[in-house]
Amino acid sequence: MTFRRDPDGTHPPLDHPGYRSTALRHPKQPLVLMPQRLTELTGPLLGPGRLGEHDNDLTVQHDGEPIGQRIVVHGRLLDGDGRPVRGSLVEIWQANAAGRYKHRADRWAAPLDPNFEGVGRALTDADGHYEFTTIRPGAYPWGNHANAWRPAHIHFSLFGTSFTQRLITQMYFPDDPLFFQDPIYQSVPESARSRLVAAYDHDRTTDHWALGFRFDIVLRGREATPAEDA
Amino acid sequence: MEPTPSQTIGPFLHIGLPWPDGAHVVAGDTPDAIWIRGAVYDGAGELVPDALVETWQADPDGTFDHPDSPGRCEFRGFGRCPTDDNGEYEIRTLLPGAVDGQAPHIDVSVFARGLLNRVITRIYFPHLLDDGDPLLDTVPEDRQHTLIAQRTDDGYRFDIHLQGPNETVFFDL
Repeated sequence: MTFRRDPDGTHPPLDHPGYRSTALRHPKQPLVLMPQRLTELTGPLLGPGRLGEHDNDLTVQHDGEPIGQRIVVHGRLLDGDGRPVRGSLVEIWQANAAGRYKHRADRWAAPLDPNFEGVGRALTDADGHYEFTTIRPGAYPWGNHANAWRPAHIHFSLFGTSFTQRLITQMYFPDDPLFFQDPIYQSVPESARSRLVAAYDHDRTTDHWALGFRFDIVLRGREATPAEDA
Repeated sequence: MEPTPSQTIGPFLHIGLPWPDGAHVVAGDTPDAIWIRGAVYDGAGELVPDALVETWQADPDGTFDHPDSPGRCEFRGFGRCPTDDNGEYEIRTLLPGAVDGQAPHIDVSVFARGLLNRVITRIYFPHLLDDGDPLLDTVPEDRQHTLIAQRTDDGYRFDIHLQGPNETVFFDL
C-alpha cells in the first residue's frame, strides 16, 4: 500500500529567494514523478543499536551541567492517519544557550559550553512518544540579510518506516519575536507554519526543574486503497 | 492529520547526523564490496561542503531488511555520508539486485544548507540496464545519463549536480 502524497501547501518551495542559499542549490528542471515501488515503500528501521545511554538527555553528557534553561521537549511521532510510529529513531541537534553550535564552521562570537554537545537521539515508544531533556537554544545571527537572526530552534530528523516518509525539519518555540524576519521559517506556506512551533506544556513542566514543550510530528499516512502501481 | 513541513538541514548538520559507520553499508572485509563516490555541485559548478547524502537499497538478491519486503534479509541497506570540504561523499556497499521488475538501483536523498526539502534521485549501473527500467524509461532520454554511475577502479562514481547544465534528474515522490 502506498503513502499519500503531501498536499500542496505542506512544504517550502525549493526556490525561495528570501533564503539566499536556495538560489544556486534548487533544481531548475522539472521533477520527474516517482511512483512508489518497493524501494520507496521500505526504508531503514533504525533501532536501539543507534542509541547510547545518555542520548536523550543532553544535560548529563558531561561532568558538569550545561548553562541555560533546562527544558523537556517531548511529543508523538505519528503518521497522517494518527497512528503512532513505534520504535523509530529521532535525532536532534541544536545550538547552546548562547546560540552557538559546537561546529568548527560556526564563527558566531558567543561562548561554547564545555558541558554541551547539542546532539541527542531517542527511540519512540509503543505509543510513538519520544522525549528529550535539553537546554533551550539561543537565537543567533547569520549573513542572509541585514540584521538577520535565526529564531531559536532544534533540528529534528525522522525516518518513519519507509524511504517515502523520511523528514528533516526544525522545531521552533511559541511566540518567537524573530519569526517575521526569518526566511527559513517564512518559506513554509503560511497555513502550515504553526505545525513547526512547539506548544508550551505546563503538564510536563516540573516544579523547580524544567519547562515542558510538546512537539508532535506527522509523517505521511497510507493511501486508503492500494494504488495501481503498488 | 496534516504532515509536518520540511526545513533545511542547515550548515551544522555535521554535529548531529553523521555516524562513525554511516558510510559503511557493509564492513570493509565483505567480499564484493564496492565504493560509490561522488561530489555534490551547485548551479555555479561550486562544490557543496555542507550536504548529506543518504542511500537506501536492496541486497544483491533484491530484498530489503523490512517487513514489507518479500524474503526479508539482514542487509542494512542504508548509508549516510556528509560531504567533506571538497564536496565529496563515499558509501561502501554491495551492488543491489534487481527489484520487482526494475533494474538494480539505489535510492538517494540529498539534504543541504540551502535545500528547504530533500531532493531525491537514483543511482543506476551501466552494465545492469539491459532489461530496461520502468522509472528510468520515464526520464527524458537526454537526461538519463545523469542517473547512471560511472565505473571506477574500486566501484562507481556518481556526481550530483543540484542545478546547472548537467543538473541531475530529481524525482517527485
